[in-house]
Amino acid sequence: MDWQALFLTLKLAGATALLLVPFAIWLARHLAWSQWRGQGALEAAIMLPLVLPPTVLGYYLLLGLGGASPLGQVYHALTGRPLVFAFDGLLFASLIFNLPFAVQPMQRAFASIPREVREAAWVSGLSRWQAFLRIELPLAWPGVAAALALTFAHTLGEFGVVLMVGGNLPGETKTIAIAIYDQVQAFNDSAAAGMSALLLALSFLAVMFVYRLGRSGGRS
Amino acid sequence: MRLEARIEQLAPIPLAADIVCERGELLALVGPSGSGKSTILRCLAGLHRPQGGYVRCGNTIWFDAERDIDVTPQARRVGVVFQHYGLFPHMSALDNVAAALGHLPAAQRAAKAHAWLAHVNLDGLEARRPGELSGGQQQRVAIARALAREPQALLLDEPFSAVDQVTRRKLLRQLIQLRRSLDIPIVLVTHDLEEASLLADRMTVLHHGRTLQSASPTQMLAQPVSALVARLTDQPNLFVGKVLRHLPAIDTSEIEWLGRRFFAPHTPVFPVGETVCWVVPAENVVLVREGDSERENCVAARVAECLVWRGHASVSAQVDGRGDAALSFAIGASLAVRRGIIPGTEIVLQLQKSAIRLLPSDPAVIR
Repeated sequence: MDWQALFLTLKLAGATALLLVPFAIWLARHLAWSQWRGQGALEAAIMLPLVLPPTVLGYYLLLGLGGASPLGQVYHALTGRPLVFAFDGLLFASLIFNLPFAVQPMQRAFASIPREVREAAWVSGLSRWQAFLRIELPLAWPGVAAALALTFAHTLGEFGVVLMVGGNLPGETKTIAIAIYDQVQAFNDSAAAGMSALLLALSFLAVMFVYRLGRSGGRS
Repeated sequence: MRLEARIEQLAPIPLAADIVCERGELLALVGPSGSGKSTILRCLAGLHRPQGGYVRCGNTIWFDAERDIDVTPQARRVGVVFQHYGLFPHMSALDNVAAALGHLPAAQRAAKAHAWLAHVNLDGLEARRPGELSGGQQQRVAIARALAREPQALLLDEPFSAVDQVTRRKLLRQLIQLRRSLDIPIVLVTHDLEEASLLADRMTVLHHGRTLQSASPTQMLAQPVSALVARLTDQPNLFVGKVLRHLPAIDTSEIEWLGRRFFAPHTPVFPVGETVCWVVPAENVVLVREGDSERENCVAARVAECLVWRGHASVSAQVDGRGDAALSFAIGASLAVRRGIIPGTEIVLQLQKSAIRLLPSDPAVIR
């Protein structure tokens, strides 16, 4: 078992979920409750990581985050470090390729809250913030939890984009999925089997968690 | 305090409506779907911002387009009962009501919420969530929550549309009782004219976002200002005639309809020879004996339809066998049986002169 790769992966998955979900809540509410010109294009763009080959997404992220890109230059000027082939860049890429997994379930959850319920909160005297915390968030909670679980699980297993943007630097960008690939390449089947089984179990648990939430959400 | 509003906008639904509701008064906004009544209610509550106009409650300005004042729904102190109630599904009935008690210290909220639920006869159901309550009970939680804010105005958006007929009658009776204790303006949006007539002190008829007439339900029925209002308030006896002559000495205008002469109250605004619409409320169409057919405003007709329901017979009888000349009236079911009123029966009807009203001609309204 490559413990270093496992911890790096858990760190990446945890950080992605915690950073992405608050932003995705904001975005999902906006998409669920308002209509504006260009919304369809934005929704399509958010869904792109689901259908694009990881190499294509990785290629564009490499271009967008690389040393020659404005973002890469600003980041380098601020921190003295490059974005690509580093954990920070990997995290950034992870935030992008997880967008559909975070936004979709929450958008559906927020859209299922009737407008009357939100408006009833306002006319009952609840501020927008109170209405969000006491009414909207509890009602959308299954969607938020699903977003957390799916983002976490998907980050655990992402391979193509990670390899393109992060490469394979132990302790910096080498995640467990890449470690498995390395072990298979080196004909080290038992190590690959152990790590694969762990990823399988974690992913299964995450997806089961999402389904349980979906069922309990449907009951209430 | 008095709730007073002028709501103007061009899009998405054109609105040009004037609303006045006095303290303690129940005003019904009626009109077909798409007439803008719910949007107007949302404007009053601060949930929709119109392009122009104002909303005032007592001395407080809630909205004024010219002065760019738009008080938030939270700050308006308005109670709203939504069409589907808008209850918070994850909270108990008690918590739903307590959520609207933010103006009280936290320690007092539970007791006050209990009191409000008791006020709408829901004691014992405090712990239930909306999903565990019947439609009628949910509506009462919504009313308790709306009143818990101690609002300066109460707005009801089709509050009876989501319950069955039996529950609806029960809730109507409860609301009639409840409103006696309320000393605030109450605005009710409904498309149900029977509901409006039962509950409202005054009705405002809306069409395409415009207020056509505001009057008491009785006055609205007796004195519609236009053929459109008569049509929208479901007056069945609306026809086209022609002014024959004015007889001011006997307070009469004579009109012609289907080659017959009828007397109406003197209405000199319509010159002799002018085509007019005329309307007579169903309760002023009287079944008379055949021997009385020479009396004033009598006309022979053949029964086309007789629907008996709850002791009443609703009858439609055609003059000259014409479908577009059917007079509607209601009589007791037992009288209908005694007089043998069934489709095909020849009868004589008298149109009470004092109840006939002449209106400007409006070909678009007459079917």
